[in-house]
Amino acid sequence: MISTYHAALLADSGILMLGALSVYIILATGQLSLGNAGFMGIGAYLASYLTVEAGLPLTLALVLSALAAGMVGIVIGFPALRLRGIYLAMATLGFGEMVRSFFLNFEPMGGAGGFSGMVHVSVGYIWLWAGGILVLVTLLERSRLWLEIRATHDDETAASLVGLNTTATKIGAFGFGAAVAAVAGGLFAHHHVYIEPANFGFDRSIELVLAVILGGSTVAPGALVGAVLLVLLPETLRFLADWRLAAFGTLLVLVLLVRRQGILDRGLFRALTFRRQAS
Amino acid sequence: MSTMPAPLLSLVDVTRTFGGVQALSGVSLDVAAGRITGVIGPNGAGKTTLFNVITGAYTPTAGEIYLDGARLTGLKPYQIARAGIARTFQNIRLFSSMSVWEHLLVAQRHDGSVFGRLLPAGLARSKAGREAEKALVFFGLEKVRDRPARELPYGTQRKVEMARALTANPRLLLLDEPIAGMSHEEADELRHLLMRLRADGLTILLIEHDMTFVMNLCDRIHVLDFGRQIAHGTPEAVRTDPAVLDAYLGADT
Repeated sequence: MISTYHAALLADSGILMLGALSVYIILATGQLSLGNAGFMGIGAYLASYLTVEAGLPLTLALVLSALAAGMVGIVIGFPALRLRGIYLAMATLGFGEMVRSFFLNFEPMGGAGGFSGMVHVSVGYIWLWAGGILVLVTLLERSRLWLEIRATHDDETAASLVGLNTTATKIGAFGFGAAVAAVAGGLFAHHHVYIEPANFGFDRSIELVLAVILGGSTVAPGALVGAVLLVLLPETLRFLADWRLAAFGTLLVLVLLVRRQGILDRGLFRALTFRRQAS
Repeated sequence: MSTMPAPLLSLVDVTRTFGGVQALSGVSLDVAAGRITGVIGPNGAGKTTLFNVITGAYTPTAGEIYLDGARLTGLKPYQIARAGIARTFQNIRLFSSMSVWEHLLVAQRHDGSVFGRLLPAGLARSKAGREAEKALVFFGLEKVRDRPARELPYGTQRKVEMARALTANPRLLLLDEPIAGMSHEEADELRHLLMRLRADGLTILLIEHDMTFVMNLCDRIHVLDFGRQIAHGTPEAVRTDPAVLDAYLGADT
Protein backbone atom coordinates (compact mmCIF):
# COMPACT_ATOMS: atom_id res chain seq x y z
CA MET A 1 0.00 0.00 0.00
CA ILE A 2 1.27 3.45 -0.81
CA SER A 3 0.87 6.13 1.81
CA THR A 4 -1.94 8.66 1.62
CA TYR A 5 0.65 11.35 0.99
CA HIS A 6 2.09 9.59 -2.03
CA ALA A 7 -1.34 8.63 -3.31
CA ALA A 8 -2.37 12.27 -3.21
CA LEU A 9 0.72 13.31 -5.17
CA LEU A 10 0.06 10.59 -7.73
CA ALA A 11 -3.57 11.64 -8.11
CA ASP A 12 -2.60 15.30 -8.49
CA SER A 13 -0.08 14.39 -11.19
CA GLY A 14 -2.67 12.42 -13.15
CA ILE A 15 -5.23 15.21 -13.02
CA LEU A 16 -2.67 17.88 -13.87
CA MET A 17 -1.38 15.78 -16.75
CA LEU A 18 -4.87 15.55 -18.25
CA GLY A 19 -5.27 19.30 -17.90
CA ALA A 20 -1.88 19.82 -19.53
CA LEU A 21 -2.84 17.46 -22.36
CA SER A 22 -5.94 19.56 -22.98
CA VAL A 23 -3.70 22.60 -23.49
CA TYR A 24 -1.28 20.58 -25.59
CA ILE A 25 -3.98 19.39 -28.02
CA ILE A 26 -5.08 22.96 -28.72
CA LEU A 27 -1.48 24.25 -28.82
CA ALA A 28 -0.61 21.58 -31.40
CA THR A 29 -2.70 23.54 -33.93
CA GLY A 30 -0.85 26.75 -33.03
CA GLN A 31 -3.50 28.15 -30.67
CA LEU A 32 -2.60 29.10 -27.11
CA SER A 33 -5.51 28.77 -24.70
CA LEU A 34 -5.25 30.42 -21.29
CA GLY A 35 -8.80 29.41 -20.43
CA ASN A 36 -8.67 25.65 -20.06
CA ALA A 37 -9.41 25.88 -16.34
CA GLY A 38 -12.82 27.07 -17.55
CA PHE A 39 -13.40 23.80 -19.41
CA MET A 40 -12.08 21.98 -16.35
CA GLY A 41 -14.58 23.83 -14.18
CA ILE A 42 -17.47 22.93 -16.49
CA GLY A 43 -16.43 19.28 -16.28
CA ALA A 44 -16.02 19.40 -12.50
CA TYR A 45 -19.39 20.99 -11.80
CA LEU A 46 -21.32 18.98 -14.37
CA ALA A 47 -19.82 15.63 -13.34
CA SER A 48 -20.44 16.41 -9.67
CA TYR A 49 -24.03 17.35 -10.38
CA LEU A 50 -24.54 14.16 -12.36
CA THR A 51 -23.15 11.85 -9.64
CA VAL A 52 -24.50 13.66 -6.57
CA GLU A 53 -27.86 15.02 -7.73
CA ALA A 54 -28.72 12.72 -10.64
CA GLY A 55 -27.14 9.61 -9.14
CA LEU A 56 -25.27 8.55 -12.27
CA PRO A 57 -22.18 6.36 -12.07
CA LEU A 58 -18.97 8.40 -12.25
CA THR A 59 -17.70 6.98 -15.55
CA LEU A 60 -20.93 7.87 -17.33
CA ALA A 61 -20.92 11.30 -15.68
CA LEU A 62 -17.38 11.92 -16.92
CA VAL A 63 -18.23 10.90 -20.47
CA LEU A 64 -21.30 13.16 -20.52
CA SER A 65 -19.32 16.07 -19.05
CA ALA A 66 -16.61 15.58 -21.66
CA LEU A 67 -19.19 15.66 -24.44
CA ALA A 68 -20.85 18.79 -23.05
CA ALA A 69 -17.54 20.61 -22.54
CA GLY A 70 -16.43 19.47 -25.99
CA MET A 71 -19.42 21.23 -27.47
CA VAL A 72 -18.61 24.38 -25.50
CA GLY A 73 -15.05 24.07 -26.82
CA ILE A 74 -16.31 23.96 -30.40
CA VAL A 75 -18.42 27.05 -29.77
CA ILE A 76 -15.33 28.82 -28.36
CA GLY A 77 -13.30 27.55 -31.33
CA PHE A 78 -15.25 29.65 -33.83
CA PRO A 79 -14.46 33.14 -32.52
CA ALA A 80 -10.94 31.87 -31.74
CA LEU A 81 -10.38 31.46 -35.50
CA ARG A 82 -10.31 35.21 -35.88
CA LEU A 83 -7.63 35.69 -33.23
CA ARG A 84 -3.95 34.86 -33.11
CA GLY A 85 -1.20 34.74 -30.55
CA ILE A 86 -1.53 37.10 -27.65
CA TYR A 87 -5.05 38.22 -28.63
CA LEU A 88 -6.28 34.64 -28.59
CA ALA A 89 -4.55 34.12 -25.24
CA MET A 90 -6.38 37.14 -23.80
CA ALA A 91 -9.76 36.08 -25.21
CA THR A 92 -9.47 32.55 -23.78
CA LEU A 93 -8.37 34.02 -20.47
CA GLY A 94 -11.59 36.04 -20.54
CA PHE A 95 -13.56 32.87 -21.21
CA GLY A 96 -11.99 31.15 -18.20
CA GLU A 97 -12.84 34.07 -15.92
CA MET A 98 -16.37 34.07 -17.32
CA VAL A 99 -16.86 30.43 -16.34
CA ARG A 100 -15.38 31.01 -12.89
CA SER A 101 -17.63 33.96 -12.15
CA PHE A 102 -20.63 32.06 -13.51
CA PHE A 103 -20.17 29.33 -10.90
CA LEU A 104 -19.44 31.99 -8.28
CA ASN A 105 -22.98 33.30 -8.79
CA PHE A 106 -24.66 30.00 -9.61
CA GLU A 107 -26.38 29.24 -6.30
CA PRO A 108 -27.90 25.84 -7.30
CA MET A 109 -24.33 24.47 -7.25
CA GLY A 110 -23.32 26.27 -4.07
CA GLY A 111 -22.06 29.55 -5.51
CA ALA A 112 -19.08 30.93 -3.61
CA GLY A 113 -19.63 28.33 -0.90
CA GLY A 114 -18.65 25.49 -3.20
CA PHE A 115 -20.19 22.10 -3.77
CA SER A 116 -19.60 18.77 -2.05
CA GLY A 117 -21.10 15.32 -1.59
CA MET A 118 -19.01 13.53 -4.21
CA VAL A 119 -17.71 10.05 -3.46
CA HIS A 120 -13.90 9.90 -3.35
CA VAL A 121 -12.24 8.01 -6.21
CA SER A 122 -9.11 5.89 -6.03
CA VAL A 123 -5.77 6.86 -7.57
CA GLY A 124 -6.06 3.79 -9.78
CA TYR A 125 -9.29 5.05 -11.30
CA ILE A 126 -7.76 8.48 -11.97
CA TRP A 127 -4.77 6.90 -13.71
CA LEU A 128 -6.99 4.62 -15.75
CA TRP A 129 -8.38 7.76 -17.36
CA ALA A 130 -5.11 9.66 -17.40
CA GLY A 131 -3.11 6.76 -18.84
CA GLY A 132 -5.83 5.86 -21.32
CA ILE A 133 -6.10 9.37 -22.71
CA LEU A 134 -2.31 9.79 -22.81
CA VAL A 135 -1.94 6.57 -24.82
CA LEU A 136 -4.79 7.64 -27.09
CA VAL A 137 -3.22 11.02 -27.87
CA THR A 138 0.25 9.48 -28.27
CA LEU A 139 -1.14 7.00 -30.81
CA LEU A 140 -3.08 9.76 -32.52
CA GLU A 141 0.21 11.62 -33.00
CA ARG A 142 1.33 8.97 -35.45
CA SER A 143 -1.77 9.36 -37.62
CA ARG A 144 -2.26 11.43 -40.73
CA LEU A 145 -4.87 13.47 -38.88
CA TRP A 146 -2.10 14.64 -36.57
CA LEU A 147 0.09 15.50 -39.55
CA GLU A 148 -2.75 17.78 -40.61
CA ILE A 149 -2.69 19.33 -37.14
CA ARG A 150 1.07 19.90 -37.37
CA ALA A 151 0.73 21.37 -40.86
CA THR A 152 -1.86 23.81 -39.52
CA HIS A 153 0.56 24.75 -36.74
CA ASP A 154 3.60 25.12 -39.03
CA ASP A 155 2.08 27.11 -41.89
CA GLU A 156 -1.67 27.53 -42.04
CA THR A 157 -1.65 29.12 -45.51
CA ALA A 158 0.43 26.37 -47.05
CA ALA A 159 -1.72 23.77 -45.28
CA SER A 160 -4.92 25.15 -46.76
CA LEU A 161 -3.34 25.35 -50.22
CA VAL A 162 -2.53 21.64 -50.17
CA GLY A 163 -6.19 20.94 -49.44
CA LEU A 164 -6.35 20.78 -45.65
CA ASN A 165 -9.39 22.24 -43.95
CA THR A 166 -7.51 24.16 -41.28
CA THR A 167 -10.71 25.69 -39.92
CA ALA A 168 -12.13 22.28 -39.06
CA THR A 169 -8.78 21.22 -37.60
CA LYS A 170 -8.56 24.22 -35.28
CA ILE A 171 -12.17 24.02 -34.11
CA GLY A 172 -11.91 20.27 -33.64
CA ALA A 173 -8.80 20.71 -31.51
CA PHE A 174 -10.68 23.14 -29.26
CA GLY A 175 -13.51 20.63 -28.86
CA PHE A 176 -11.17 17.71 -28.12
CA GLY A 177 -9.03 19.76 -25.75
CA ALA A 178 -12.11 20.98 -23.88
CA ALA A 179 -13.39 17.41 -23.51
CA VAL A 180 -10.08 16.24 -22.02
CA ALA A 181 -10.04 19.24 -19.67
CA ALA A 182 -13.55 18.33 -18.52
CA VAL A 183 -12.43 14.80 -17.63
CA ALA A 184 -9.58 16.34 -15.62
CA GLY A 185 -12.10 18.59 -13.88
CA GLY A 186 -14.50 15.73 -13.12
CA LEU A 187 -11.68 13.66 -11.64
CA PHE A 188 -10.45 16.67 -9.66
CA ALA A 189 -13.92 17.05 -8.14
CA HIS A 190 -14.17 13.39 -7.18
CA HIS A 191 -10.63 13.31 -5.81
CA HIS A 192 -10.98 16.38 -3.61
CA VAL A 193 -14.72 15.70 -2.99
CA TYR A 194 -15.22 19.44 -2.66
CA ILE A 195 -15.05 22.09 -5.37
CA GLU A 196 -15.33 25.86 -5.41
CA PRO A 197 -15.05 28.36 -8.28
CA ALA A 198 -11.56 29.43 -7.13
CA ASN A 199 -10.29 25.94 -8.03
CA PHE A 200 -10.74 26.82 -11.69
CA GLY A 201 -9.30 30.31 -11.90
CA PHE A 202 -6.60 31.94 -13.96
CA ASP A 203 -3.77 30.40 -11.91
CA ARG A 204 -5.04 26.91 -12.75
CA SER A 205 -5.01 27.73 -16.49
CA ILE A 206 -1.44 29.00 -16.15
CA GLU A 207 -0.41 25.84 -14.30
CA LEU A 208 -1.70 23.71 -17.18
CA VAL A 209 0.20 25.76 -19.77
CA LEU A 210 3.30 25.69 -17.57
CA ALA A 211 3.25 21.87 -17.40
CA VAL A 212 3.19 21.69 -21.22
CA ILE A 213 5.93 24.28 -21.74
CA LEU A 214 8.17 22.73 -19.09
CA GLY A 215 7.56 19.08 -19.98
CA GLY A 216 7.66 19.47 -23.73
CA SER A 217 5.25 21.12 -26.14
CA THR A 218 5.92 18.98 -29.21
CA VAL A 219 4.97 15.50 -27.94
CA ALA A 220 2.02 14.37 -25.82
CA PRO A 221 4.12 12.61 -23.14
CA GLY A 222 5.69 16.02 -22.48
CA ALA A 223 2.49 16.73 -20.53
CA LEU A 224 3.29 13.77 -18.28
CA VAL A 225 6.85 14.96 -17.65
CA GLY A 226 5.64 18.49 -16.94
CA ALA A 227 2.82 17.41 -14.64
CA VAL A 228 5.02 15.11 -12.56
CA LEU A 229 7.67 17.85 -12.25
CA LEU A 230 5.13 20.49 -11.26
CA VAL A 231 3.69 18.24 -8.57
CA LEU A 232 6.96 16.79 -7.24
CA LEU A 233 9.31 19.78 -7.48
CA PRO A 234 7.59 21.87 -4.80
CA GLU A 235 7.75 18.79 -2.55
CA THR A 236 11.42 17.99 -3.16
CA LEU A 237 12.38 21.66 -2.85
CA ARG A 238 10.84 21.85 0.63
CA PHE A 239 14.29 22.07 2.26
CA LEU A 240 14.63 25.51 0.66
CA ALA A 241 11.69 26.66 2.79
CA ASP A 242 10.64 30.18 1.80
CA TRP A 243 13.02 30.19 -1.19
CA ARG A 244 11.18 27.31 -2.78
CA LEU A 245 9.14 29.33 -5.25
CA ALA A 246 12.14 31.43 -6.24
CA ALA A 247 14.15 28.27 -6.91
CA PHE A 248 11.28 26.88 -8.91
CA GLY A 249 11.08 30.05 -11.01
CA THR A 250 14.80 29.97 -11.65
CA LEU A 251 14.57 26.39 -12.80
CA LEU A 252 11.77 27.26 -15.21
CA VAL A 253 13.75 30.14 -16.73
CA LEU A 254 16.77 27.86 -17.13
CA VAL A 255 14.77 25.16 -18.91
CA LEU A 256 13.31 27.72 -21.30
CA LEU A 257 16.76 29.17 -22.02
CA VAL A 258 18.34 25.79 -22.70
CA ARG A 259 15.41 23.90 -24.21
CA ARG A 260 12.71 26.10 -25.61
CA GLN A 261 10.72 23.06 -26.75
CA GLY A 262 10.60 21.74 -23.18
CA ILE A 263 12.35 18.80 -21.55
CA LEU A 264 10.87 16.09 -23.78
CA ASP A 265 10.93 16.69 -27.54
CA ARG A 266 10.41 14.52 -30.62
CA GLY A 267 14.07 13.46 -30.87
CA LEU A 268 14.36 12.51 -27.20
CA PHE A 269 11.01 10.74 -27.22
CA ARG A 270 12.02 8.68 -30.27
CA ALA A 271 15.33 7.77 -28.66
CA LEU A 272 13.59 6.74 -25.42
CA THR A 273 11.06 4.57 -27.23
CA PHE A 274 13.66 2.97 -29.53
CA ARG A 275 11.83 4.08 -32.63
CA ARG A 276 13.75 4.26 -35.89
CA GLN A 277 16.03 7.26 -35.76
CA ALA A 278 16.21 9.67 -38.68
CA SER A 279 19.02 8.45 -40.90
CA MET B 1 0.04 22.10 -82.75
CA SER B 2 -2.77 22.06 -85.25
CA THR B 3 -5.66 21.58 -82.84
CA MET B 4 -5.88 23.17 -79.40
CA PRO B 5 -6.94 20.76 -76.65
CA ALA B 6 -9.85 21.86 -74.49
CA PRO B 7 -8.86 24.30 -71.74
CA LEU B 8 -8.57 22.82 -68.26
CA LEU B 9 -8.42 26.19 -66.53
CA SER B 10 -10.21 29.29 -67.82
CA LEU B 11 -9.95 32.80 -66.49
CA VAL B 12 -12.62 35.14 -67.77
CA ASP B 13 -11.95 38.84 -67.44
CA VAL B 14 -10.38 38.51 -63.99
CA THR B 15 -9.63 41.72 -62.11
CA ARG B 16 -8.10 42.13 -58.68
CA THR B 17 -7.56 45.51 -57.07
CA PHE B 18 -5.74 46.39 -53.86
CA GLY B 19 -6.91 49.77 -52.67
CA GLY B 20 -6.72 51.82 -55.85
CA VAL B 21 -4.11 49.62 -57.52
CA GLN B 22 -5.17 47.16 -60.18
CA ALA B 23 -2.87 44.19 -59.68
CA LEU B 24 -4.77 42.32 -62.36
CA SER B 25 -7.07 44.00 -64.84
CA GLY B 26 -9.34 42.05 -67.13
CA VAL B 27 -7.10 39.05 -67.60
CA SER B 28 -8.62 36.25 -69.68
CA LEU B 29 -6.63 33.15 -70.40
CA ASP B 30 -7.07 29.46 -71.10
CA VAL B 31 -4.68 26.80 -69.88
CA ALA B 32 -4.74 23.84 -72.24
CA ALA B 33 -5.04 20.37 -70.72
CA GLY B 34 -1.89 18.29 -70.82
CA ARG B 35 0.34 21.21 -71.76
CA ILE B 36 2.90 23.36 -70.02
CA THR B 37 1.88 27.00 -70.06
CA GLY B 38 4.19 29.80 -69.00
CA VAL B 39 3.38 33.17 -67.46
CA ILE B 40 6.08 35.79 -67.88
CA GLY B 41 6.33 39.50 -67.32
CA PRO B 42 8.50 42.11 -65.65
CA ASN B 43 8.55 42.44 -61.85
CA GLY B 44 5.24 43.64 -60.48
CA ALA B 45 3.37 42.51 -63.58
CA GLY B 46 0.85 40.58 -61.43
CA LYS B 47 2.10 37.03 -61.98
CA THR B 48 2.03 35.92 -58.36
CA THR B 49 -1.26 37.76 -57.83
CA LEU B 50 -2.60 35.66 -60.71
CA PHE B 51 -1.59 32.49 -58.84
CA ASN B 52 -3.06 33.78 -55.61
CA VAL B 53 -6.36 34.48 -57.32
CA ILE B 54 -6.46 31.06 -59.00
CA THR B 55 -5.76 29.23 -55.72
CA GLY B 56 -8.26 31.26 -53.73
CA ALA B 57 -5.78 33.09 -51.50
CA TYR B 58 -7.35 36.26 -52.97
CA THR B 59 -10.86 36.40 -54.35
CA PRO B 60 -11.12 38.22 -57.69
CA THR B 61 -12.65 41.68 -57.53
CA ALA B 62 -14.38 40.82 -60.81
CA GLY B 63 -14.37 37.97 -63.29
CA GLU B 64 -14.75 34.21 -63.12
CA ILE B 65 -12.43 31.22 -62.87
CA TYR B 66 -13.36 27.74 -64.10
CA LEU B 67 -11.62 24.41 -63.73
CA ASP B 68 -12.84 22.02 -66.40
CA GLY B 69 -16.09 23.95 -66.59
CA ALA B 70 -16.71 24.04 -62.83
CA ARG B 71 -16.78 27.49 -61.26
CA LEU B 72 -14.02 28.07 -58.70
CA THR B 73 -14.67 31.72 -57.94
CA GLY B 74 -15.38 32.27 -54.24
CA LEU B 75 -14.36 28.80 -53.08
CA LYS B 76 -12.01 28.53 -50.11
CA PRO B 77 -8.35 27.69 -50.81
CA TYR B 78 -8.66 24.15 -49.45
CA GLN B 79 -11.73 23.53 -51.62
CA ILE B 80 -9.89 24.73 -54.71
CA ALA B 81 -6.96 22.49 -53.80
CA ARG B 82 -9.32 19.54 -53.47
CA ALA B 83 -10.88 20.41 -56.82
CA GLY B 84 -7.49 19.60 -58.32
CA ILE B 85 -5.16 22.61 -58.20
CA ALA B 86 -1.85 22.35 -56.36
CA ARG B 87 0.90 24.94 -56.17
CA THR B 88 4.41 25.71 -55.04
CA PHE B 89 5.61 29.04 -53.73
CA GLN B 90 8.15 31.59 -54.88
CA ASN B 91 9.58 31.65 -51.35
CA ILE B 92 9.47 27.96 -50.42
CA ARG B 93 6.86 27.13 -47.78
CA LEU B 94 7.58 23.81 -46.14
CA PHE B 95 6.25 22.61 -42.79
CA SER B 96 9.00 23.38 -40.29
CA SER B 97 8.40 20.39 -38.01
CA MET B 98 8.15 17.75 -40.73
CA SER B 99 10.49 15.32 -42.40
CA VAL B 100 10.47 14.84 -46.17
CA TRP B 101 8.42 11.66 -45.73
CA GLU B 102 5.79 13.47 -43.66
CA HIS B 103 5.48 16.13 -46.35
CA LEU B 104 4.59 13.40 -48.82
CA LEU B 105 1.82 12.05 -46.60
CA VAL B 106 0.16 15.18 -45.29
CA ALA B 107 -1.44 16.38 -48.52
CA GLN B 108 -2.79 13.05 -49.69
CA ARG B 109 -6.50 12.46 -50.00
CA HIS B 110 -6.18 8.67 -50.18
CA ASP B 111 -7.77 6.76 -47.31
CA GLY B 112 -9.43 10.09 -46.64
CA SER B 113 -12.21 8.79 -44.40
CA VAL B 114 -12.03 9.76 -40.73
CA PHE B 115 -11.04 6.18 -39.92
CA GLY B 116 -8.31 6.12 -42.56
CA ARG B 117 -6.86 9.36 -41.23
CA LEU B 118 -6.74 8.02 -37.68
CA LEU B 119 -4.49 5.13 -38.67
CA PRO B 120 -0.73 5.55 -38.33
CA ALA B 121 0.47 7.65 -41.27
CA GLY B 122 2.46 6.13 -44.08
CA LEU B 123 2.18 2.42 -43.42
CA ALA B 124 3.95 0.66 -46.29
CA ARG B 125 0.83 -1.34 -47.22
CA SER B 126 -1.51 1.63 -47.28
CA LYS B 127 -2.40 3.46 -50.47
CA ALA B 128 -1.01 6.65 -48.96
CA GLY B 129 2.27 4.93 -48.11
CA ARG B 130 2.67 3.60 -51.64
CA GLU B 131 1.87 6.97 -53.19
CA ALA B 132 4.42 8.69 -50.95
CA GLU B 133 7.02 6.07 -51.88
CA LYS B 134 6.33 6.73 -55.58
CA ALA B 135 6.82 10.48 -55.14
CA LEU B 136 10.01 9.83 -53.17
CA VAL B 137 11.48 7.81 -56.03
CA PHE B 138 10.25 10.16 -58.78
CA PHE B 139 12.04 13.12 -57.23
CA GLY B 140 15.05 11.10 -56.09
CA LEU B 141 14.50 11.95 -52.43
CA GLU B 142 15.06 8.44 -50.98
CA LYS B 143 18.31 9.41 -49.27
CA VAL B 144 16.75 12.31 -47.37
CA ARG B 145 13.47 10.54 -46.54
CA ASP B 146 13.62 11.08 -42.77
CA ARG B 147 15.53 14.37 -42.70
CA PRO B 148 13.74 17.53 -41.59
CA ALA B 149 12.82 19.14 -44.93
CA ARG B 150 13.83 22.60 -43.76
CA GLU B 151 17.49 21.52 -43.31
CA LEU B 152 17.95 20.41 -46.91
CA PRO B 153 19.70 22.36 -49.68
CA TYR B 154 17.57 24.88 -51.53
CA GLY B 155 17.16 22.88 -54.72
CA THR B 156 16.09 19.80 -52.76
CA GLN B 157 13.57 21.85 -50.78
CA ARG B 158 12.01 22.91 -54.08
CA LYS B 159 11.68 19.27 -55.02
CA VAL B 160 10.04 18.42 -51.70
CA GLU B 161 7.57 21.22 -52.21
CA MET B 162 6.76 20.00 -55.69
CA ALA B 163 6.46 16.40 -54.48
CA ARG B 164 4.09 17.52 -51.73
CA ALA B 165 1.95 19.31 -54.32
CA LEU B 166 1.85 16.23 -56.54
CA THR B 167 0.83 13.80 -53.78
CA ALA B 168 -2.44 15.74 -53.58
CA ASN B 169 -3.06 14.25 -57.03
CA PRO B 170 -3.77 17.55 -58.80
CA ARG B 171 -5.02 18.01 -62.34
CA LEU B 172 -3.28 21.35 -62.59
CA LEU B 173 0.07 22.17 -61.03
CA LEU B 174 1.06 25.81 -60.51
CA LEU B 175 4.77 26.47 -60.11
CA ASP B 176 5.93 29.89 -58.95
CA GLU B 177 9.51 30.38 -60.14
CA PRO B 178 10.45 26.71 -59.85
CA ILE B 179 14.12 27.13 -60.77
CA ALA B 180 14.86 30.28 -58.78
CA GLY B 181 18.09 29.70 -56.86
CA MET B 182 18.78 26.39 -58.59
CA SER B 183 22.06 25.45 -60.24
CA HIS B 184 22.18 24.84 -63.97
CA GLU B 185 22.21 21.08 -63.48
CA GLU B 186 19.32 21.18 -61.04
CA ALA B 187 17.28 23.32 -63.42
CA ASP B 188 17.95 20.94 -66.26
CA GLU B 189 16.96 17.96 -64.14
CA LEU B 190 13.76 19.73 -63.17
CA ARG B 191 12.99 20.49 -66.81
CA HIS B 192 13.14 16.79 -67.56
CA LEU B 193 10.94 15.95 -64.59
CA LEU B 194 8.35 18.47 -65.79
CA MET B 195 8.44 16.99 -69.31
CA ARG B 196 7.84 13.55 -67.81
CA LEU B 197 4.89 14.90 -65.84
CA ARG B 198 3.48 16.46 -69.00
CA ALA B 199 3.89 13.13 -70.81
CA ASP B 200 1.87 11.56 -67.99
CA GLY B 201 -0.94 14.00 -68.74
CA LEU B 202 -0.46 16.61 -66.02
CA THR B 203 -1.28 20.22 -66.87
CA ILE B 204 1.27 22.75 -65.65
CA LEU B 205 1.13 26.51 -65.35
CA LEU B 206 4.38 28.15 -64.34
CA ILE B 207 5.86 31.54 -63.62
CA GLU B 208 9.54 31.86 -64.43
CA HIS B 209 12.04 34.61 -65.10
CA ASP B 210 14.60 32.45 -66.84
CA MET B 211 13.69 32.99 -70.50
CA THR B 212 15.73 30.09 -71.86
CA PHE B 213 13.96 27.73 -69.46
CA VAL B 214 10.51 29.08 -70.35
CA MET B 215 11.11 29.15 -74.12
CA ASN B 216 12.50 25.60 -74.14
CA LEU B 217 9.78 24.07 -72.02
CA CYS B 218 6.47 25.84 -72.51
CA ASP B 219 3.93 25.04 -75.17
CA ARG B 220 2.25 28.42 -74.77
CA ILE B 221 3.19 31.63 -73.03
CA HIS B 222 1.13 34.46 -71.60
CA VAL B 223 2.81 37.80 -71.01
CA LEU B 224 1.62 40.15 -68.27
CA ASP B 225 2.65 43.76 -67.76
CA PHE B 226 1.15 46.09 -65.14
CA GLY B 227 -1.66 43.59 -64.49
CA ARG B 228 -2.70 43.35 -68.12
CA GLN B 229 -2.14 40.59 -70.61
CA ILE B 230 -0.12 42.12 -73.42
CA ALA B 231 0.56 39.01 -75.49
CA HIS B 232 0.03 35.28 -75.65
CA GLY B 233 0.89 32.48 -78.02
CA THR B 234 3.65 30.04 -78.86
CA PRO B 235 7.17 30.80 -77.60
CA GLU B 236 8.20 31.80 -81.13
CA ALA B 237 5.31 34.21 -81.52
CA VAL B 238 5.84 35.76 -78.08
CA ARG B 239 9.58 36.16 -78.56
CA THR B 240 9.11 38.46 -81.52
CA ASP B 241 6.00 40.30 -80.35
CA PRO B 242 6.68 44.06 -80.40
CA ALA B 243 4.59 44.67 -77.23
CA VAL B 244 6.64 42.08 -75.34
CA LEU B 245 9.94 43.47 -76.50
CA ASP B 246 8.73 46.88 -75.48
CA ALA B 247 7.77 45.76 -71.97
CA TYR B 248 11.03 43.92 -71.40
CA LEU B 249 13.41 46.40 -72.95
CA GLY B 250 11.52 49.21 -71.24
CA ALA B 251 11.36 51.49 -74.27
CA ASP B 252 10.75 54.92 -72.78
CA THR B 253 7.82 56.68 -74.36
